[in-house]
Amino acid sequence: MNCEDTQKLLAAYSDGELDLTRTLEIEEHLEICESCREAVEGLSALKKAIWGGAPYYKAPVELRQRVIASLPRSVPAEPKSHFWQMGGWGAGLAMAACLSIGLFLGALVYRPHQLRKEVVSELTSSHIRSLLATHLMDVVSTDQHTVKPWFDGKIDFAPPVQDLSRNGFPLIGGRLDYIHGRTVAVLIYQARKHIINLFIWPSTGNEAETSSPTSQQGYNLVHWRKSGMTFWAVSDLNTKELKEFSQAVESEPSTGGTGRQ
Amino acid sequence: MSGRVFNLEMDGRSSMNENESAAQFEQEILPHLDAAYNLARWLTGNDHDAQDVVQEASLRAFKFFGGFRGGSSRSWLLTIVRNTFYTWLGQNRPHELSEQSTEELHSVEDPSANPYTLIARNASVEAVREAIEQLPVEFREIIVLRELESCSYKEIAAVTGVPIGTVMSRLARARKQLQEILNLESGERP
Repeated sequence: MNCEDTQKLLAAYSDGELDLTRTLEIEEHLEICESCREAVEGLSALKKAIWGGAPYYKAPVELRQRVIASLPRSVPAEPKSHFWQMGGWGAGLAMAACLSIGLFLGALVYRPHQLRKEVVSELTSSHIRSLLATHLMDVVSTDQHTVKPWFDGKIDFAPPVQDLSRNGFPLIGGRLDYIHGRTVAVLIYQARKHIINLFIWPSTGNEAETSSPTSQQGYNLVHWRKSGMTFWAVSDLNTKELKEFSQAVESEPSTGGTGRQ
Repeated sequence: MSGRVFNLEMDGRSSMNENESAAQFEQEILPHLDAAYNLARWLTGNDHDAQDVVQEASLRAFKFFGGFRGGSSRSWLLTIVRNTFYTWLGQNRPHELSEQSTEELHSVEDPSANPYTLIARNASVEAVREAIEQLPVEFREIIVLRELESCSYKEIAAVTGVPIGTVMSRLARARKQLQEILNLESGERP
């Protein structure tokens, strides 16, 4: 092999991409040719410098968790088993016990202010858990016509489901959750890196009317009622944008179960 | 197993298959999440956008996982990451998309000239990183795939969707440009 041929194949040789025959031919040539040897060494030096100098960026932990969390998991066999597993439900257990004995604690619980505090607390815990554990979504889909029917037969109401991509809040999936004694629908939206959990359940009339946004443990919550449904949006997204999200949800007409677009 | 019975009653079939699919996906594809992020990070230039691209790519990868017929799962994921990146680029930085590497159009290779010096040996970590960041995106991606991911020419051809001959010539030009940047950088040092 001569210099001209060798130069053409140098990179492939250095990258280990040549078949054995040509590799041996080049090595024979390199033994006798200094300039080709220098070329190989130069390329080798460059490759070593890149490998040694360029950072290899590993996936941040929160990205890995989010990706894992976005995979579908099975719905719990019964909502009650979900109930018993959560550490924060100790208070709920105590309440149930007291109610069966007497009503004086029950009277305390059902004052609207107290009720709202507890709901806020449970929503926040549920939101945090959904981000940490592998249970952010039961149905992974950006298509409202897939997410909405998924809830059929799983809960006793039909939550309104809209994709809000054009407002900057794409729908990414849904799941069931359990808040203050009832199964609720959760729609998961995304705003840039932030996850928004939108909890929906039928209004009972006991809750407070739409009130100002609140926050707990660093998470923001926005609440409203519309068309017989109660909505709570929970996110680490800032309050201003979370309110924009709630307005986007509120302003969409209900799908009413019929196809749109 | 009671969870599966519940799903059969409620749903017929899809939840169970979805869960198996999710488990398989986690086992087969998620080990390459670092490779996915590394490529996205070098292509987008920052952590925030890289995470967005990887998140989006992962969702698409899972959606298409049914069509994955084996072979290199890393190449498969990196192909999706790369395509997601270029879609993202077109939406967020359209001006960068139109930067064709004029190298490919105008350069004339002189096979007798040795383009490589030993300057690179002494190049600092910062100099190397900055030099790669300066490369046009098509050169940067091929350097990352080859030198950091150790992809074969064949894998690079699959991920970038060009013939192996183009991979080789693009790689040669990318390395040449890198070398020139490093030579220049070291020449400026007192």
